[in-house]
Amino acid sequence: MAVVEYGMIGEKVGMTRIFSENGSSFPVTVIKCGPCFVVQKKTKEKDGYEALQLGYDQTKEKKLNKPTLGHLKKANVPALRELAEFRFKETDKYEVGQTLKVEGFKVGDRVDVSGKSKGKGFAGVVKRLGYHGGSATHGSMFHRRPGSVGATDPERVFKGKGLPGRMGNEKVTVKNLEVVGIREERDLLLVKGSVPGSSGTTVIIRKKSS
Amino acid sequence: MDKARIIRAVQSPYFKEVPQVKPGDSVRVYFKVVEGEKERTQAWEGLVISVRGSGLDRTFTVRKMSFGVGVERIFPLHSPRIERIEILSRGKVRRAKLYYLRGRSTKEARIEEKR
Repeated sequence: MAVVEYGMIGEKVGMTRIFSENGSSFPVTVIKCGPCFVVQKKTKEKDGYEALQLGYDQTKEKKLNKPTLGHLKKANVPALRELAEFRFKETDKYEVGQTLKVEGFKVGDRVDVSGKSKGKGFAGVVKRLGYHGGSATHGSMFHRRPGSVGATDPERVFKGKGLPGRMGNEKVTVKNLEVVGIREERDLLLVKGSVPGSSGTTVIIRKKSS
Repeated sequence: MDKARIIRAVQSPYFKEVPQVKPGDSVRVYFKVVEGEKERTQAWEGLVISVRGSGLDRTFTVRKMSFGVGVERIFPLHSPRIERIEILSRGKVRRAKLYYLRGRSTKEARIEEKR
């Protein structure tokens, strides 16, 4: 796991477009970012590495199980729905129970955003793996099929052969997105371009340390 | 948390006061163009044949004849590069997209004015 300069847990709100100073428009994703709480601090002595566990999104206590609640109580933070670990570069600067805000990012920063992609269901090879398929017309009876799956000699199909199956609903990371705006009063982060998942998905934002 | 409201709040500083542009209108758009270092305003006069999108995303297409060749240009309605939009006349049209004008000559492509 890469070491981060700053990281937060957020929620994708949606996309829109805004105009830049020179008048051209570009797509932005709006992310509700934090406030996050430091739930646990992992140390070299105790855990073998240094990291911060952050929590996000306050919920009802009855929605969480007792082990999680006890873990959160220890840090003296409210009931939080999402927990994630970040390998912060400078863990010393943060205390357990501290609140992290979107102000930790700056306009112009490059961030990586991870989230769960939209589920596509059981998809064929053309959609899932980019196979070209056959021609649609001119008497062709081979439209979107996978074709041959191997030679006769091994008398088996090799492991990893791409075939139809479940697509999407997996963790995807989009790297190097530019932070184009911050709205502190609403805890919003605006990044240029798209982010995995549908609106309302939990996303993890990392600013890598160079 | 209302997502649509958050999105609108993000867009709000970019909204401009714009006239209502409709298909069939004859308009003159004063558009800022950058030539090297200098910036100047260019006018684009023609007929609005399409308006699409909503809110900040709204764009309109202006078609004009230039030296006998039809040229179309799509403007984002709220673009900061648009200085102003002048509406010369309102046309009487019966559909939202006037793409049927593309195949017609200048004389056939006349549109009756709305009174």
